[in-house]
Amino acid sequence: MANQNSNAGKVVIIDTSCANLSSLKFGIERLGYQVEVSDKADVIKSADKVFLPGVGAAGAAMEIINGKGIPQIVRELEQPVLGICLGMQLMTEFSAEGNVDCLGLIPGQVKPLQAEGLRLPHMGWNTLSQISDHPLFEGITGQDYFYFVHSLCVNPSEYTIAQCEYGQAFSASLCNGNFMGVQFHPERSGKSGARVIQNFLEMKA
Amino acid sequence: MLARRIIPCLDVKDGKVVKGVKFRNHEIIGDIVPLAEKYSEMGADELVFYDITASSDSRVVDKSWVSRIAEKIDIPFCVAGGIKTIEDARIILEMGADKISINSPALANPELITELNRRFGQQCVVVGIDSFFNKEHNQYEVYQFTGDETRTQKTNWTTFDWIKKVQEMGAGEIVLNCMNQDGVRQGYDIEQLKLAREACNVPLIASGGAGAIEHFIDVFQQADVDGALAASVFHKSVIEMEELKNVLINNKVEIRPC
Repeated sequence: MANQNSNAGKVVIIDTSCANLSSLKFGIERLGYQVEVSDKADVIKSADKVFLPGVGAAGAAMEIINGKGIPQIVRELEQPVLGICLGMQLMTEFSAEGNVDCLGLIPGQVKPLQAEGLRLPHMGWNTLSQISDHPLFEGITGQDYFYFVHSLCVNPSEYTIAQCEYGQAFSASLCNGNFMGVQFHPERSGKSGARVIQNFLEMKA
Repeated sequence: MLARRIIPCLDVKDGKVVKGVKFRNHEIIGDIVPLAEKYSEMGADELVFYDITASSDSRVVDKSWVSRIAEKIDIPFCVAGGIKTIEDARIILEMGADKISINSPALANPELITELNRRFGQQCVVVGIDSFFNKEHNQYEVYQFTGDETRTQKTNWTTFDWIKKVQEMGAGEIVLNCMNQDGVRQGYDIEQLKLAREACNVPLIASGGAGAIEHFIDVFQQADVDGALAASVFHKSVIEMEELKNVLINNKVEIRPC
């Protein structure tokens, strides 16, 4: 549980209205942290840690968050921001899903997963490889399983801090300065996922 | 490597978890949330909650327990039963379910699959199929309203045509419940699942017939399914999750250890 030495500070989930917000909220609360869900600029800007969740199709999601003015708010954030699943994909420059411009926080593009005859979506528990020493993955090894569910992906690049493999290698996690993202759902990935959420919340800004 | 999933299924009736044999004679197993927590802690990879009364008596699934489950467990879960509209699905997903599964309503209106896909994404649209082998016609046939035996009826769909159709409409996963095997613990219907696998390019989950650890080995090794669903063997502790997973790992099935 969170203690007085916690680095988490104020935690905010951006209300993207296109995501399963409650499961992420519950996942954070299970670890003993308080969290607020908001789409208001002042609330998001005043947070110490920010989550950008997303589920569904990139085109529809960008339409919703553009309508709420969220891109402008997020681009100005200097505190740690963690995009989850589609939220991570939206942090890149462009998605082939609906051919939409994304937030451009992390260089890269979202493309269909080349699963080489394997079933799509890539759905279920998978392990990571090429796990960097980034603090987000402290205590995480190639033995930890995470829950993935997606059909598009970001190819590995210099911004990739962990990979996963399903027909092809792809970015399980990206990082560009304070902007981080994970393709898997940490809030649905048992103890391993809880560790990643905790690592993010306890990260020193 | 992507792990094969072990999926306990909790049939829900009037807010309690129940188990029947061949869809009949339901006995109460226990309360939903403590059982969900127990299975999650035991090492289940995913849970399915199926309101077995909802479709057949025209009620929408009683949703209050969905968010109570989402609050407690840290693995994905799917809710099935009586989801007929985008709005029904939206409420359940907003309460924290990861997927919704539709069965009879998809048969009544296949467009619903496409609508759900467009609104929420392919990943959360599961189609459940109740399939019965008709010896007279020598074919697998799809049934609907199986939650209530007085209303259960055969559809005009053969199972493999329906499997193809739901994929065309945008299903993200298929749960194939082999009714001849359901609740009798004689093993999964490997022959049918093999045929289904050939017709299925999205994740395929086997359901019906699990009674022993060997049945899980067989269904993964022979039918190449992505997940295996089971109810009574877990409810009645016929199989321990940890032992099941260890045996599967020893048999070279890719499994997330407990």
